[in-house]
Amino acid sequence: MIRKKYLRVLSPLVLVSLALLLTGCDSALMDPKGQVGEEQRTLILTAFGLMQIVVIPVIVMTIAFAWRYRRSNKNATYSPDWHHSNKVEAVVWFVPCVIIAFLAVLTWYTSHSLDPHKPLDVEEGGQEPMVIEAVSLDWKWLFIYPEQGIATVNEIAFPEDTPVRFRVTSGSVMNSFFIPRLGSQIYAMAGMDNDVHLIADEQGVYPGRSTNYSGAGFSDMTFDAHVGSQQDFEAWVSEVRESSESLTFPEEYYDLAAPSEDAEIQYFSEVSPSLYESIIKSFQAGGDHEARVSEFADSYAEGFGHGSAHSDDESAESHGKPMSAEAAE
Amino acid sequence: MFGKLSLEAIPTDPIVLTTIVAIVLGGGALTAAITYFKKWGYLWTEWITSVDHKKLGIMYFIVALVMLLRGFADAIMMRSQLAMASAGAEGFLPPSHYDQIFTAHGVIMIFFVAMPMVIGLMNLVVPLQIGARDVAFPFLNNLSFWLFAAGVVLVNVSLFVGEFAKTGWLAYAPLSGLDYSPGVGVDYWIWALQISGIGTTMTGINFFVTILKMRTKGMTMFRMPIFTWTSLCANVLIIASFPILTATIALLTLDRYLGMNFFTTDLGGNMMMYVNLIWAWGHPEVYILILPAFGVFSEVIATFAKKRLFGYNTMVWATVAITILSFVVWLHHFFTMGAGADVNAFFGIMTMIIAIPTGVKIFNWLFTMYRGRLEFTSPVLWTLGFIITFTLGGMTGVMLSVPAANFVLHNSLFVIAHFHNVIIGGVVFGMLAGLTYWFPKAFGFTLNEKWGKRSFWCWFIGFYVAFTPLYVLAFFGAVRRMQSYSNPEWQPLMIVAWVGALIIAAGIACTLIQFYVSIRDRKQNQDVTGDPWDGRTLEWATSSPAPFYNFAHLPEVHGVDGFWEAKKANGGVPPISEPPYQDIHMPKNTWEGPIIALFATIFGFALVWHIWWLAIVGGIGMFATFMARIFNDDVDYYVPAAEVERIEREHRQRLKQKGDLAHSTRLETQS
Repeated sequence: MIRKKYLRVLSPLVLVSLALLLTGCDSALMDPKGQVGEEQRTLILTAFGLMQIVVIPVIVMTIAFAWRYRRSNKNATYSPDWHHSNKVEAVVWFVPCVIIAFLAVLTWYTSHSLDPHKPLDVEEGGQEPMVIEAVSLDWKWLFIYPEQGIATVNEIAFPEDTPVRFRVTSGSVMNSFFIPRLGSQIYAMAGMDNDVHLIADEQGVYPGRSTNYSGAGFSDMTFDAHVGSQQDFEAWVSEVRESSESLTFPEEYYDLAAPSEDAEIQYFSEVSPSLYESIIKSFQAGGDHEARVSEFADSYAEGFGHGSAHSDDESAESHGKPMSAEAAE
Repeated sequence: MFGKLSLEAIPTDPIVLTTIVAIVLGGGALTAAITYFKKWGYLWTEWITSVDHKKLGIMYFIVALVMLLRGFADAIMMRSQLAMASAGAEGFLPPSHYDQIFTAHGVIMIFFVAMPMVIGLMNLVVPLQIGARDVAFPFLNNLSFWLFAAGVVLVNVSLFVGEFAKTGWLAYAPLSGLDYSPGVGVDYWIWALQISGIGTTMTGINFFVTILKMRTKGMTMFRMPIFTWTSLCANVLIIASFPILTATIALLTLDRYLGMNFFTTDLGGNMMMYVNLIWAWGHPEVYILILPAFGVFSEVIATFAKKRLFGYNTMVWATVAITILSFVVWLHHFFTMGAGADVNAFFGIMTMIIAIPTGVKIFNWLFTMYRGRLEFTSPVLWTLGFIITFTLGGMTGVMLSVPAANFVLHNSLFVIAHFHNVIIGGVVFGMLAGLTYWFPKAFGFTLNEKWGKRSFWCWFIGFYVAFTPLYVLAFFGAVRRMQSYSNPEWQPLMIVAWVGALIIAAGIACTLIQFYVSIRDRKQNQDVTGDPWDGRTLEWATSSPAPFYNFAHLPEVHGVDGFWEAKKANGGVPPISEPPYQDIHMPKNTWEGPIIALFATIFGFALVWHIWWLAIVGGIGMFATFMARIFNDDVDYYVPAAEVERIEREHRQRLKQKGDLAHSTRLETQS
């Protein structure tokens, strides 16, 4: 693989960078638990190492030139009118160009290989990714397991070594779905169907959160991702199924969607079919989000903001199809 | 009658209340002092209505420094909050307050500190550097300043009446829409930026025309000083990008005031459009700030190395390249939106290409020092600190520009550390270097070096102590805009960052002490010659402070570093302007600028609170004052030659008294 090749060429540089950057092995981005995160760590260290070719000489030259050519040093050469040299200029254009050319190739390659929308090529091959649907709400995460017909708030579980396709949307403002130990984040946007493919190759509990500021309860908009064996996952699913709670659209969903801070973990054993799609459609022409959101107006208007969300009573049948983020760009 | 405004709009938070009381008392004392010393007339005729670009530059800088104190108070509060609010502790700022603070910090530091410093320096220096007597449109220049001041007033009023936005400094929709931000905070944001932004656009046009049309004899484009070149490019960026900001905010205004749906979550509204538009302005904006700073460093390093700038042409073309490239990189602010791999890769690669001309600039500064005679004045310290800090910031910027790496670094504290790395290391260091360098030209005496150097070391060390922990924390998964965090392991680094902020606070205190000490000792530090650093460009050819007409005779240049060449040709001493003089054509002061801005402030405030009749009063007031200006033909006058001769004679006498000694020592150092 090309990736392996550039890694070998650059290994001395990467080693230097590792020594500089690896301040702690428990750092989430430097000790990833999945294939995506591992590739991103290598990429970050490679880019970092490459740039030392310019950064270190510049810092050394700054200090050395400033000291050598200080006013009081009469031994140093002084050429007040020397202001041009084709040789120097060629070098100062050439070196950055070469480094950036190298980085550009790397960028092109990794932008495609690590494209969040691209299914992971897992060694066993042919394995369909498991789907988990994530919906950012104010200020909590709703997770829907369409294959299992269950849903949870602020907690997910999936088996190790299983590629997972997270479909990500929002029931409110923009958020970003991110599990630092596993790699790539992706924006959650209302009315749009985004996705990111991730995998965990080690068991553990990995914290996840929204990284994109979304209002008062943003700081606590966190969740845990439990990664265990297939048996652990199945046990977790049956535990969720034992819950007496259900999540129907629209009534129970809108109750859940009302703003709340530092929300508790919740399990739902029954979920409206195609809940995820219904949430996306609610934001499109004729959707009933506008009417529903006026119910939360008080929660948003807390404090001295006296404004009131204007309500609109039209709630015709929904028509539009979910728009994918890619199609909209 | 009063729209949404009622007594409940006065905040009851103790921190805010204390600030209000302090400001009311301070403002009252200032007003009383001005009245007591009968200085209102002086302020009105000499400053408020002035069209003199040098005075406007000084006023921009004063406002910027005051706002720096406010923006920095926000920073200290944020760092203190995060040093405390670990593992379940709530700290002393609830989200409703903390969210306003980080929004205000960003808005104030960019729009009301960095921008006025850059524009203030351009005002002070550019006309002098190109050998002009004023800018192309002096009235517009005064109006621009006062519209900017109107924005400042609105942002500060939001502290006392109502609230400020809780959306982050760019007010991303749909969070900034009416559904999710029903209060007046976003409206304050809208009108403060809209009014001051129009002022900025006019400044851009004004200086663009000034630089293109008003250069003195012999100053071809490729003989312009680098600061003028970088200012020209910054103004091109202003003209091209600020209308995008104005339009974007106007669309958000329609959403919020007329129930339209450009950026809402439904009815066809599209938040991606907002994010794209705001960054189509936002990315050029950072180059509007940094390019003039690059110009300052170029002037400083050549002057104090006593050596011609290395690679002048390369420097100009690198600046032009950055100007163009800055318009094709905006998407790198949101790679994680989910665009396809081709789109992300394109914008990532365009972004890293900017590193090439920037890197070339850095090498040019290094080779200007090479074989020079570098004097370690405080502007030089700022420049050396800049080269090191900005190189590191550029490196982290390139890391962020790789989309696949950005997927884990985006929205983390890495981003915060990166842009403070380039904005503090680049813009702030540059503006403080420029302030020290050109201060004598504005006031006629130099700033105290001892306190200037102390300020530098505090800022330099403070920066690394405050922001290195943020780079590290990002690798642990810490994100921006958190009011609290649950992981107690982050706390030690958060405390280190807080200490860094305190060190920077000491740096700001050093600058204030520097002003005090310098003003106290102004007699000893007087700049009699007008050329305290043995400068190379035209601004040093006139006396300090420069007379209001800048040059008795318009200078003529014969190359890059025109003044340096003129001194060389004149045996190492500056040529002194001799009679006969001619009448000088100058613009008259204007009362219309400040009055239009006063009505604009009323207009903005009324719209924030939906007081429609008052908004109509403000609107009509603006229009009527503007019409009064249009039909006013009495806008210029001639300074009689005799008056010019009197001023120049005084300058020559001062030179005779003190100058002879200084000049002879200078001759020695040169030979």
